Amino acid sequence: MGMTIVQKILARACGRKSVATGEVLEPAVDLAMSHENAALVINQFLEIHRGTGLAPKVWAPDRIAIIFDHRVPAESAKTATNQKKVRDFVSAQGISKFHDIRGDSGGICHQILPENGYVRPGTIVTGTDSHTTTHGALGAFSFGIGATEMASVWALGTVLNLEVPGTIKVEVNGSLARNVSAKDLILHLIGRLTAQGANFKVIEFHGDTIRSMPTSGRLVLCNMTVEAGATSGIVPADEETGRYLREVAGVKEALAVDASDADAAYDQVIRIDASQLAPQIARPHTVDNVVPVDTVQGVRVNQIVIGSCTNGRLEDLAAAAAILKGRKVAAGVRLLVFPASWRIYRESLGAGYLATLVDAGAVVMNPGCGCCLGVHQGALADGDVALSTTNRNFPGRMGNPKSEVYLCSPEVAAASAITGVITDPR
Amino acid sequence: MNPAHHGPVHTGKAVFQVGDDISTDAIYPGRFMATVLPSETPQFAFADYTEFNSCLKKKEIPAGSIVLAGSNFGCGSSREQAASTLKGHDLVIVARSFARIFLQNAINLGLHVVICPGIEASVGDELEIGATSILNKTTDRRYPLETLPPARQAIMAAGGLIPYTRQKLLERRSSTTG
Repeated sequence: MGMTIVQKILARACGRKSVATGEVLEPAVDLAMSHENAALVINQFLEIHRGTGLAPKVWAPDRIAIIFDHRVPAESAKTATNQKKVRDFVSAQGISKFHDIRGDSGGICHQILPENGYVRPGTIVTGTDSHTTTHGALGAFSFGIGATEMASVWALGTVLNLEVPGTIKVEVNGSLARNVSAKDLILHLIGRLTAQGANFKVIEFHGDTIRSMPTSGRLVLCNMTVEAGATSGIVPADEETGRYLREVAGVKEALAVDASDADAAYDQVIRIDASQLAPQIARPHTVDNVVPVDTVQGVRVNQIVIGSCTNGRLEDLAAAAAILKGRKVAAGVRLLVFPASWRIYRESLGAGYLATLVDAGAVVMNPGCGCCLGVHQGALADGDVALSTTNRNFPGRMGNPKSEVYLCSPEVAAASAITGVITDPR
Repeated sequence: MNPAHHGPVHTGKAVFQVGDDISTDAIYPGRFMATVLPSETPQFAFADYTEFNSCLKKKEIPAGSIVLAGSNFGCGSSREQAASTLKGHDLVIVARSFARIFLQNAINLGLHVVICPGIEASVGDELEIGATSILNKTTDRRYPLETLPPARQAIMAAGGLIPYTRQKLLERRSSTTG
């Protein structure tokens, strides 16, 4: 029986010839990422060493990445103190992939990792954030873990509690219509699979739609695979992956490329005709509550958010600016734009996208995640309806249990900003 | 903290019940995420289920009480506070299934979680949780459990991932120095 890409990566990381679905393994980690919750990881890391007589030294300071993005700049003394604690630890341990609150290098972790070339095909990436699935877009096996698990990774360099996932193959063929994008594709897939349809599984993406999709779109797909419960998403590395890593991330060395064997076993195969796909929307209060946008056309919205680790990339801001150019955000609507990194901020500034958005009435915020999970800026009033390009809409997700969140693409968000109601951008 | 294990057979009363796809945002809302210490997270357990949260905070729920959940309990964010907040009240979670990261966090922190795909029970029922099945003593019906892989049972048996990793670390050091 052949192996899937992820099985090959895992076997290599465990020094084995093969691995079987469901086994719990201890693979070696290539990159271990945390954000502000590194403060909790540090506590647990020190706790592991307590009473052992061993000095608490991380296994490989050059393989740990820490990015401040959830509450930047700090919204409270508590957060500021936690960030200070992490900063001191980073300095003491010599952790080199550290991204502080800085306009020349900061941003959201799931953009910082790819744009700095930290993620390579065929490697194992893990992070204390569920959207660590994002990095499968570059052909890595990349998954989220908890803080204690990460403390263990920092101590040992391996993940102790990882099950070998089964795999769902998703084949997408055909061209996406104008103003239909990767976000619509992944929302549609989550709607089909449900919030638990991919639990303990990897979603492997294939087909000509994926092959011709830029890395920015692949990152959107893999980012949201966790919303169907997936351990990770993965796009087999190809010429586009090489182009992105060379041209955008500045990676010079040759890249290893894995492919699934022709006789690899899949739990399920799903085929999607991209040419038939309409813009999609996830209604409150679950991500799998997905319908074509025209089903909810006309619903009045109070706040629109464009940004996050899902949809705050240059292409997303370009799409929003193209729709909003020369137009105005409707009265009574607040449009907040969060570029995913300061590099994207600068590039979209240079390209004129930010000026276009601000002229239309948008408020451009500093790069960060806070608004998506209701911890920093952009709070909603009781009874507010939000339309957002972020990734979750559970009750209270944006900070107020008495509000509603709809999830959509940047194109739907921009078109709806002009009308003040949910609008099909086509 | 409370003991990690309730013995080979644990009997407790179901005190709260939730449906399918309960996210970590529901268990521990994101707006409290700046709070990370296991000694401080319990106050926010099920914060938006105000009645149950209030009972927990007033210590009206005895240790070892059971929360009944549907499938995919703990989906969404990887925040470990969702496990530590329940562990802080020494609750036992009986679910039809768990989301991956939450299940790992629960095992790592020694939160007592039980996978029982066919469980039928209501708030007020008394459940006897054995090694391979749950007996609902109120309805006198028995439901099989799904057991965890040996590697995960080993982490639970060690009392969680911290003592488990500590042991591994010591073994590695002694094998490289000895």
